[in-house]
Order: sequence, then structure tokens, then C-alpha cells
Amino acid sequence: MSKATTTKTTYQIPIGPIHPALKEPVFFEFELDGEKIIDVNVKLGHVHRGIEWASRNRNPIQILYLAERICGICSYCHPIAFSLAVESVADIQVPERAEYLRVIHGELERICSHILWAGVAAHEIGFDTVLYLTWQIRERTLDLTEYLTGNRVTKGITMIGGVRRDITQDMLPKIHETLKYLKDNFEKLRHILLDDKTVKMRTKGCGILTKEDALKLCAVGPLTRSSGVKKDVRVDSSYFAYGDLDINYTTPDILTGEVNGDVYDRIIVRLLEIKQSIDLIEQCLDKMPAGPIVAEPKIPKLLAQLKKVNGEGVGRHEAPRGEVIHYVKLDGVNDAPYTWKVRAPTYNNILPWIPMLKGEQIADIPIVAASTDPCMSCTNRVAIVKDGNKFEMNKEELHRLSVEKTRGLML
Amino acid sequence: MLPRAFAQMFKKPWTNKFPAKYTPSNTTRFLEKVQAGKVKINPPVETPPGFRGKIQYDKEKCIGCQLCLKVCPSEAIEFKPEDKKIKIYLARCTFCSQCNDICPVNCLSMSNEFLLADSNLYSKDLIVE
Repeated sequence: MSKATTTKTTYQIPIGPIHPALKEPVFFEFELDGEKIIDVNVKLGHVHRGIEWASRNRNPIQILYLAERICGICSYCHPIAFSLAVESVADIQVPERAEYLRVIHGELERICSHILWAGVAAHEIGFDTVLYLTWQIRERTLDLTEYLTGNRVTKGITMIGGVRRDITQDMLPKIHETLKYLKDNFEKLRHILLDDKTVKMRTKGCGILTKEDALKLCAVGPLTRSSGVKKDVRVDSSYFAYGDLDINYTTPDILTGEVNGDVYDRIIVRLLEIKQSIDLIEQCLDKMPAGPIVAEPKIPKLLAQLKKVNGEGVGRHEAPRGEVIHYVKLDGVNDAPYTWKVRAPTYNNILPWIPMLKGEQIADIPIVAASTDPCMSCTNRVAIVKDGNKFEMNKEELHRLSVEKTRGLML
Repeated sequence: MLPRAFAQMFKKPWTNKFPAKYTPSNTTRFLEKVQAGKVKINPPVETPPGFRGKIQYDKEKCIGCQLCLKVCPSEAIEFKPEDKKIKIYLARCTFCSQCNDICPVNCLSMSNEFLLADSNLYSKDLIVE
């Protein structure tokens, strides 16, 4: 009998674009050796909705509500980044009270988003009891959002040059009550997520992103902070009222004294940020000065002013998932902006998946992917499709275009 | 976690059982009974002050300036040139209340009515004029 010789080869499995384990469409191609992930390829572009195109026949005020619908969870940070961009073009000075109100709404959204994430992360490792607990806490935050803005999710609170609704004295008791409830429950949430044996076993040493990789791949938000990179738009560029508030970078070494960059560290960072947000809202309520809440209360006048403005501006805001950038160009002729470009935070947090997933097991894919808090519909912005063919701009092509443009300018 | 989960079992459920404690076998018949006064409906959670619900339109006050058409993000408002009044399609409305803010004579306001589900997008309940 001859000896059978077998050669060990790797095999590939595709996951997605539509898959029960994924909340939103994204396509993975895994190269596996047994259970171990050797290589990963990520493909995007399955939920492109042409939002920027839809802005072509809308004026800046209508775009505020269109921007709100880019993402359900970040329904405040997109319009606010857009209005920051428009304000920088039109040189609108936002009143001081509005700056504080904007911080309050931004931090309230961060609390909602991070609590939601904690629940989803627990769900991904099969800990559904925590999911229900976190959603119970989140419900109170949403009730407060509804009380302050009139809507639970799509808040409709942003206005170019300020906010639309004020916080009056009679609203304060309800806000303080909810903040107290959050503080009381924060300790319970911390105990469950950080001291629990199951959570520790699944998340410690899993999906590690080193500081070098985080810097190299331009990761943003809690993901990069959990790898020890001190990057936060709120601290780096003091927009809104953040300059007057006591705020610092949240890194996991505040709590544990060490930075590992694993999923466990990301839970720590997000939990600390919930605490930080509660603290920031309290600071705002204490320091908030009296005064107007919007720069130009007459909207027809504001629209006429924006129509005449010519120029381009960039708005940056620290969304719950990281830095969101909106670029706006107004041409001074049309109502609609000449260009509007959105860069959502998940766009930067996609590439870190590759070093994080390499060397992990198949069963770790959901929790590692969820640990960046991905939002696909935020991310998918541009797909170049012509006659059914898909064009991708690679580095060489871009370089060639750049050289051509330089030559064109020299003539 | 375990003590909390067990304690939860003896607490009142968070969910408000609206419109009835158990799903009626026939919704239409259930609603008919409610209207006849035979069954009591379980009330929904109260809306907070400043809630953005169905738009109320004061036709007498409206001067037909068309400013609301200019800011409506979903183009839900139609202008009727013959009598210089507006018509709002609630099926398209996003409940942002931007038209309320821009109206120079305050003829638009938000009510707290939110039960607006309908199978017909152009039904009488979903058009405000």
C-alpha cells in the first residue's frame, strides 16, 4: 500500500454582502487555515444611496434634514458637521448659548450610541441579557432626547447658525433626573461588561490593533483611542463650547493602567466616554449663559444670505464613532451647494479590520467587526458606475491625473 | 447580572401594551367594538410637550406666501394657485416642523397626534388642507 500524501492548503469563504451575522451589507473574503484567518479582503459599496446627488436640487436648510438621514444613530452629527461647514463659508457667528446647547445634544447622542453599541457587542458574543439591559437604559436617554427635541431619533434640532429649540428652566429637573438615573446605572453596566468572566474571556487579547497600525491606517474615534492614540476632535480643535469645558482624551490606561488595543479596551473606552458625556452635559447646564440660540432667526433672510455666499468650507465633528468631515462649496449663484462631500468615520475604521482579524478565529469575526461600531450606510458614498462597468481609481491612475493637472496649470 | 435578571421577572414589564393587552384576532372587529364603546383601549404612552405630530393648518390665516414650500425637505407641500392655499401630504412629511418655523403668520403648528398609519398614501387622514 502506498502512503497517501496530503498537502495542507488554505481555503476561502465569502461572507456577505447579505448575511445573517451582518447588520448591514458588506462583503468579506476570508482566507482560512482550519479555523484561523490568514487573510481578509473587504469590499464596500452595497448601500450607496446617492445622498450627495439628492442634494443637487436642495437648499442648505433642506440639506440639514437630508444629512440627518445619512445615518439613524448619528442623526445629529451629520447635520451639525454640515452646518459647521456652511457657517465657515458664510462666516456666521454662532451665539454662545447655542454653542453649549450643541454640546448637550452631541453628548446625548454619544450616550445613546455607546449604550446601543455595548448591547450589540454583548449580543454578538451571545450575551443577550445584557442587550436588553442596555436598551432599557437607552430608552430613558431616548425619552430625554424626545423631551428636548420633539423626536426620538431624527432630532431636527440643528439650524445653520445655532439650534432650533432652547432648554428652559422647567426642563432642567427632567434632565437632572435622567442624568442621575444614567449615573446610577453606569456602575451596574460597568460591573457587567468589565468584571464578567464571559465577556473577559471573549474580548481580552482578541482583535488587537497596535498603536502603529492605528496611526498608519488613520483609524478614528474610540477605536484609535483604545489603541492609545490621543486623537479626539473635541480636544484637538476646540469647536462649540468644548474649549470652555473640562475634557481630555479617553484612553483605556485611565482605568487599567495599560493599553492593549483589544476589544476589551474598546469596551473600556466607550464606557468611560459615557461617563465623560454625562459629566460634560452637567458642566454645560452649569455654565450655559443666557442669550439668543440662533444667529439669524429669520430663515428667508438666512437663505438669501447663503445664496449670495461664494466659497468652500469644511466642518469637523467628533461623532460617537469618530471624526466626521463635511465639505461644502457654495457658488453664490444657485440655492443648492455646488458640491457636498461627506466622509463618515466608519470609512477610516474599515481598513483596521484587516490587521485586527488576521490570526483570529472565524467565531471572533462578529465581535471584532462590531468592536469598531461599523455603519455601512454612513460610509458608502461614491460608486463610479458607467455602462454597468465598475471603475476603481487606483494610486497610479490618481497620480497620472494629478500630473496631468499640473501640466494643464503650467500651460 | 443574574440577580438583576431574576429581579426583572417580578417587575412590571417596560412595554406599554397598546392598543390591547393581547393581540386581537381581528383588528377591524376590535376597532369597531372600541367605537361602539364595548371594549376599552389601552392608552398609548403620553407624548412630551413640544412633540412633533400631525401638522395642523389654519386655512383662514394663510396668506399664500409659499415660503414653506421653499424649506420643506421632502417636498410634501403643494401650492394650490386657484385659491392661494397649500396642501400637505403627510405620507411624505418628515415631521421636522421647519414649515412651522418659517411661516410668517404662524398658521401651521404641530399637534400630538401620531397614529397616522394607513394603507392608502392619499387617504383623507393623510392630507392636510
